[in-house]
Amino acid sequence: MKDSFSIFVIPFCAGVLVLLGISVWKYWRWIRSFDKLQRAIIRKNIWSWRFLPAIWEAFREGLLHWRITKKNLLLGYMHRSLAFGWFLLIVVGAVQARLAYPDGHPFWMAIFYNYFEPECHPVDFPRAAFFANLMDGLLLYVLSGLMLAMFKKVWSRPLGMKRTTRHTLMDRVTKLALWSIFPLRLLSEAVTAGINGNGGFLVTWLGGVFDSIGISNPAFEYTCWMLYSVALGTFFSLMPFSRYMHIFTEVFLIYFRQLGVHDSNKKTGYTMFELSACSRCGICIDGCPLNRELGITNVQGVYMLQSIRNLELQRNAEPIAENCLMCDRCVADCPVNLDLSVIRRQVRIKNKAAIDTKQGYSYLNDVQPFNAIGRIAYFGGCMSHLTPDITRSMEIIFEAVGQKYWYMDKDQTICCGRPLLQQGFERQAFELRRKNTEMIVNSKATMLITSCPICYQSFKKEYHLSIPVMHHTEYIDMLVKSGRLKLRKDDRRVSYHDPCELGRGCGIYDEPRNVLRATTTLLKTDQEREKSLCCGFNLGNPLLDLEQQTRIRDAARDNLLAPHPDTIATACPMCKKAFTHADNIPVKDIAEIVAANIIEGSAQ
Amino acid sequence: MKNFGFTISTGRSINLDEIREENISKLLEMVPSYKWCIGCGGCTATCSAGAFTNFNIRKIHNSFVRGQYQGLDKELQQCMLCGKCLLVCPRGVNTRSLIVNMRRILAGVEANTFKGKEVIQ
Repeated sequence: MKDSFSIFVIPFCAGVLVLLGISVWKYWRWIRSFDKLQRAIIRKNIWSWRFLPAIWEAFREGLLHWRITKKNLLLGYMHRSLAFGWFLLIVVGAVQARLAYPDGHPFWMAIFYNYFEPECHPVDFPRAAFFANLMDGLLLYVLSGLMLAMFKKVWSRPLGMKRTTRHTLMDRVTKLALWSIFPLRLLSEAVTAGINGNGGFLVTWLGGVFDSIGISNPAFEYTCWMLYSVALGTFFSLMPFSRYMHIFTEVFLIYFRQLGVHDSNKKTGYTMFELSACSRCGICIDGCPLNRELGITNVQGVYMLQSIRNLELQRNAEPIAENCLMCDRCVADCPVNLDLSVIRRQVRIKNKAAIDTKQGYSYLNDVQPFNAIGRIAYFGGCMSHLTPDITRSMEIIFEAVGQKYWYMDKDQTICCGRPLLQQGFERQAFELRRKNTEMIVNSKATMLITSCPICYQSFKKEYHLSIPVMHHTEYIDMLVKSGRLKLRKDDRRVSYHDPCELGRGCGIYDEPRNVLRATTTLLKTDQEREKSLCCGFNLGNPLLDLEQQTRIRDAARDNLLAPHPDTIATACPMCKKAFTHADNIPVKDIAEIVAANIIEGSAQ
Repeated sequence: MKNFGFTISTGRSINLDEIREENISKLLEMVPSYKWCIGCGGCTATCSAGAFTNFNIRKIHNSFVRGQYQGLDKELQQCMLCGKCLLVCPRGVNTRSLIVNMRRILAGVEANTFKGKEVIQ
């Protein structure tokens, strides 16, 4: 095939080989280091139909960038034009080459079609002109995205981003290679068009311009194509070592996620997929309360993943992982749906190994079991003991509906273990969980209700109890819906604060709102549900001092006070405590509002 | 030695030579809010672990400052890090961080990257 080869295709081919080789090697290594549970889940689900939703999600997120589009139309357009546009450029190029060379062709023909086409093959397949114009249109589409990306580098606000990521040198070099690919392609095709008169509307026009200023000659043409090929080769060979590894990795990650694989407390191959699937888009930075209120801009998810993945930055991983409220705001914002808090916890667990304990909580062995047959268990939680109004209100509610209950931690609280786990004390947290599980199982209680969202998330996700676990807002909502509890509506105007652990942590947004609508007038705030602001007193961050926490709290308070409520409602003792000192406005837990609004004699 | 009917418990005796100044300065560096402590004992009164044992943050803090390091780490391990003490403290001392970092110092874990708010940034 003498006519379909030229020296300049070598850099491109070398790049593709390097990319393929390194990617396969990396993926193979990562898949082999999945842990036992993850392997079992994959084996169990690999022959199911779950690859269908995975393909759909990979198309929607990998190419169309749907979640980013929902955040900002322009930003979505930028990512889509580069990803989907380039994808189409390759696919349509391959179809075009296939039609032009029905007897087969080397694979680079899809990329360098315009250079080889005029010489070795006359344009005689049907709709050749259509394809040429389509390819030009697609190139224009990609170039429009590239212009937006360059614009974003100068001024990112119109694309919905206040701050963008500070990239490593490797990422910047790779981006330079990527950015030079498309202008070089336009240039090469235009020069070829100037000489041979082939191509679609765009390159023919540009070729005419080049011709008229007299720069379309074979030597220049060859140089342009060589540069184009070098840009491609450079990009492909740097890709596995840069953030652009996310292009392929995200597809794998989506597939594994659809199979049901999730992250564990140790770094596994799955974590490696997550690390590489981060495109370092920096969307996690803007929402982070540490950035918004304290101006700390180098500890967000993107920098954490970067520091774990990058050998040179690895010493930063430890302090970065510690400096986080674990409010999950970045997890809600992440367009790749990475489980950033779990990865952060992995780093914390690794760091705490040096001060891991062996004896721990032997004193808990003396706690006596309790027989609670026919009752439900109520776990106030450590924090609820500091807001006794909440636990008292819950007791009033239980009595109003005639529910027999066992107040599990009335005198002595065994912590649920989540605060320990968040700080990276995995084994100690396990010990507390084991003791609490033993207590609950032995009591034979039929249901567990807790007033603290931290405990709730722990009981729900980490305990694997066989009885239903409910937060008290869920429980009250259930009572109201089933008619066991009748509530009157008072004239309070209330704005509701979504606790991080209850909302983003467990997805409980509607139940508290239902209850509040039944008892008060619920107002809308700017940042609610997934976007709610952390109260700052979360136990996640061991480094913030009181003044910093207060600044975060004040921002959340201002958001709640914006619609001029006369009461702030929340569903977490910690948030209640945080807001109580913030202003003269009363702060009530939903349980308190309900307890004050029970219609007497409603119990059945 | 003549028995006078009373003894000195070695665990309770304060030996000023045992005090390691660098431990205290390291702790202050890691948990700057620690210097605001007025020793009111609110943390101890509310402590979840204190309801089961004689775990006493104030006592531990005193022992640490006086150089009574013996058995201190074992004592510290009883903490469940539940964070009640944080909310009770009238001075805003980061008590949980205090406990974790005391353990770091006692275990000799190099943690020079943990410098309160200057951590990073």
